Amino acid sequence: MKIEPDQLTAFEGTRPGAPGYRFPDADIPTGKASVPGTLRRKTPAALPELSEIETVRHFTNLSRRNFGVDLGFYPLGSCTMKYNPKLNEDTAALSGFSALHPLQSDEDSQGVLEMNGRLIEGLCEITGMAGGTLQPMAGAHGEFTGMKLFRAAFRARREEKRTRLLIPDSSHGTNPASAHLAGFDVVTIPSGADGMLDPSALDPYLDDTLAGIMLTNPSTLGLFETSIQEVADKIHGAGGLLYYDGANLNAVMGRTRPGDMGFDVVHINLHKTFSTPHGGGGPGAGPVLVKEDLLPFLPVPVMVKAGDGWKRDWDRPQSIGKVSGWYGNTAVLVRAFTYMLSMGGNGLKRASDLAVLNANYLLASLKDVYNAPYPGPCKHEFVLSAKKLKDTTGIAAMDIAKGLVENGIHPPTVYFPLIVHECMMIEPTETETKDSLDHFVDVMKELRELADTDPEALHQMPQSTVVRRVDEVRAARSPVLSHMMIGDRPD
Amino acid sequence: MNVPENLKYTESHEWIRVEGDVAVIGITDYAQDALGDIVYVEMPDADLAVTKGDEAVNIESVKVAEAVYAPVSGAVKDINDDLEETPELINKDAYGTFIYSIAMSDPSELDGYMDAAGYKAFLEAQE
Amino acid sequence: MIPYLPHSEAEIEAMLKKIGVSSIEDLFSDVPEAVRFSKPLNMPDSMAEADVFSEMGRMAEMNKTKLLFTGGGQYDHAIPSVVPHLTGRSEFVTAYTPYQPEMSQGILQVLFEFQSAIAEITGLPVSNASLYDGHTAASEACTMALNARRKAHIMLVAGTIHPHTWTVLNSYFGDLDVELVKLQETAGRVELKTLTAALEKDGDKVAGVLVQTPNFYGALEDLSGWGDAVHEAGAKLIISAHPLSLGVLTSPAEWGADIAIGDTQPLGLPPYFGGPSAGYIAWDKSMMRRKPGRIVGETTDAEGKRAFVLTLQAREQHIKRERATSNICSNQSLAALANTIYMVAIGPGGFSEVSERNLNAAASLRVRLTGDLKLEDYSGGAVFNEFTVKIPVSREKWLAPFEAAGIAPGFFPNNLDSSLPENLFTIAVTEKRTAAELERYIECAREALG
Repeated sequence: MKIEPDQLTAFEGTRPGAPGYRFPDADIPTGKASVPGTLRRKTPAALPELSEIETVRHFTNLSRRNFGVDLGFYPLGSCTMKYNPKLNEDTAALSGFSALHPLQSDEDSQGVLEMNGRLIEGLCEITGMAGGTLQPMAGAHGEFTGMKLFRAAFRARREEKRTRLLIPDSSHGTNPASAHLAGFDVVTIPSGADGMLDPSALDPYLDDTLAGIMLTNPSTLGLFETSIQEVADKIHGAGGLLYYDGANLNAVMGRTRPGDMGFDVVHINLHKTFSTPHGGGGPGAGPVLVKEDLLPFLPVPVMVKAGDGWKRDWDRPQSIGKVSGWYGNTAVLVRAFTYMLSMGGNGLKRASDLAVLNANYLLASLKDVYNAPYPGPCKHEFVLSAKKLKDTTGIAAMDIAKGLVENGIHPPTVYFPLIVHECMMIEPTETETKDSLDHFVDVMKELRELADTDPEALHQMPQSTVVRRVDEVRAARSPVLSHMMIGDRPD
Repeated sequence: MNVPENLKYTESHEWIRVEGDVAVIGITDYAQDALGDIVYVEMPDADLAVTKGDEAVNIESVKVAEAVYAPVSGAVKDINDDLEETPELINKDAYGTFIYSIAMSDPSELDGYMDAAGYKAFLEAQE
Repeated sequence: MIPYLPHSEAEIEAMLKKIGVSSIEDLFSDVPEAVRFSKPLNMPDSMAEADVFSEMGRMAEMNKTKLLFTGGGQYDHAIPSVVPHLTGRSEFVTAYTPYQPEMSQGILQVLFEFQSAIAEITGLPVSNASLYDGHTAASEACTMALNARRKAHIMLVAGTIHPHTWTVLNSYFGDLDVELVKLQETAGRVELKTLTAALEKDGDKVAGVLVQTPNFYGALEDLSGWGDAVHEAGAKLIISAHPLSLGVLTSPAEWGADIAIGDTQPLGLPPYFGGPSAGYIAWDKSMMRRKPGRIVGETTDAEGKRAFVLTLQAREQHIKRERATSNICSNQSLAALANTIYMVAIGPGGFSEVSERNLNAAASLRVRLTGDLKLEDYSGGAVFNEFTVKIPVSREKWLAPFEAAGIAPGFFPNNLDSSLPENLFTIAVTEKRTAAELERYIECAREALG
């Protein structure tokens, strides 16, 4: 294995005797702790020894081997990689928020409680719901919470036999997993030929074992489910509930609301729609909002108004309990609320409008270059298929993705949703300029040409990144997952 | 797709070779192709009592993990030890690589499964 | 004008032309009339950033931050200045999950180093790129134990774990065929004989045992014999530990744990009203592939060069016909980044030192409160950076002097678990507390006790 100097881990760069962090002189008299030998560790933890400047260079150099929205275009479908405002970082750094302990009293915490309360109010207005919780730490976590709320609602109605949950085949993989985790049996509903949900496909399941349906609207194909009212009527008519996966909310703010479409429980991805940064995979936040009759089941504590201020209400006997340790990812909530204030109601609607404009502009520009199974119009995202391309040139969606990497553009989502073969799901978001979109179209056209003239070049991409295509089979067959496991390398 | 004549086939793409009272089990060429490069095979314990339909084995590829279900009831007899180090043998030769075998408690359970012709037709209907 | 929406009017016109519609309205014509939202959203209009900052600042100032002697899972530990600066690099902050490894070697390597550091402090070689928090890590660990033993549906859980962990476990497993059995405490700890009695009773239906040390009262559980007892019964031992305690105290691996979990907030993150932090989880190689969440592995690229990549992804969101599975799709990547920078910045010497300082600081205050002020000790035996005493006066009387002095003096365990005695009070003293601050605490306590 070739290892370049700047690929050495901190462990491999360890330098015995290097000075580390200096603590202040201890002024508390020592020797008061008596811990018996049985409770003391025998082998110390071999953490790396690096001086401060080495630490700074190590991580700064690593950051330069990483691509973020601040560097370029990131059209990942259903991820909504919009610009992360720097103002959000400033407000998140306010010590009035960061130094507050979760066990301090309501009196001590009025600022953050007010912020949480107003954030929920704003999210409810945008989605047409009655109240909610900020505890879930990610979208999937929100889904799980929503599914627990379903269970609680059925338990209260003494309808525990409602265990069947319908999920379209275009759904995100976390949807069925979240449902299963909450004890539901998942039934996959096939999409129609037009990519949309066919309400008649629900008919076989409209009985008293029906829990409900989990949907996103627009769908993962970027299409607005125009039959949503019929779907809602059928599900409600059979006594079921509707769950809204908010991953695609960026398409419709101010235009339509899941609550008005008939959804009973909604989750929102603040790290998508509300501009909080993805941070390489988290932390995010997945608040869950509900209709009036599901309010009693919300996790505790619930932020409620108390006199002129706010308080945490723990006295909720029908609550599902807690889904995370405290009150949610507060630092993320501060950022999201800052964004909500910055954008305002008019700005959020404008954001959705321009997100949809940008996506349609790209679709119009690319549908004759690649195969667009649903040629438009779309909402905030659309899909292209590289199936025909693969059949004629051997170039798959993966190769186009690597071609984009080579050109300094992050690829779109590939191979999802599963119902479109060789799928590329593209979501530009509203914060991308026309120039940026035009450049993307130019590169996509160049790659399309290369597929015809020199496919081997595409198979070899990327060439100019710090590493080439990686061996995923080796990583999974012979896992080396820590410095401690280096000895397990297959060669 | 390759579909040998002497085997029985399930709708979840397992093949069965009957050797007396023992059902020797693997996955079909179609299944290994759909899975992609296999990276790990999780085996059941020897002598484990299984009921038809139990999840007996788990096969992991880079992109997906799929269960292999016990097509008959009985007790796990043999497992293919080679698959621990070289799970990719299944990709190279799906029909020549058995995964595990079951000493059957009720051979009549085999009756419902497809023969080669039936499985070929089943595959065509899937497309 | 909204700065985050960069289009000019002319550009919008040109784009509409390319699409072939006359206005943006046309792009929403397929939304059925009945569900159209035709009025403005009932919220204020957009604001300039100076005004937003002002408003957020007003709310921040309404929070009364205090000198913290309160712990209970979130602690006021020192944060080296390099941590926020390096964590703030926007190439890290504004990146997505590293699904395209060629463009993400930075964050992938950081997460590999995170996994490596967690392996070192716990002694268990396999770790992942972090979970949501320590409480949900407990449910993921229990899921691993349950899936590792067929037909075992019981988890034995020490009665001295954090009450929020117990609540989260019940929320996770409440709708599944899993039974959570509490191992009752004896004077602030769980005794080995309580464990062995439970194992004898339920035998091969027990999938695992979960215990936290230091526990909710701050007391160090003596887990001698636990590993043997649990393994003899064919189950898995899960130990939850405050990460800084692992600087000098017995590691989970040394106790014989199969899985180690905890919350990483003490590793370079502020209390922040409870979030975000990350959950860590590490486990024995024998269960390597049973992993929850994201995990980074080392591999090679097309030219044989070292490369890091997300691996073992097949199990993510995989639905098995078993009683439990994991739906976790993300990790707390940026929090894990902060944790990694912290652990590298303080190094092995610093890690031991900070651990000793915590031990010493808490012991110092404990000796004064139980000695000079004669408060009755509840935690007994050894503690890490937190301990529990009994307060002989009313809550109002106890808290008032601290309130006036701007000190958060600790918390009443009864507030988190109403079955616990009302007079218990838990106090945390970290390496950040000085002798002068301890004196202030003693003065307030003296005044409260009258």
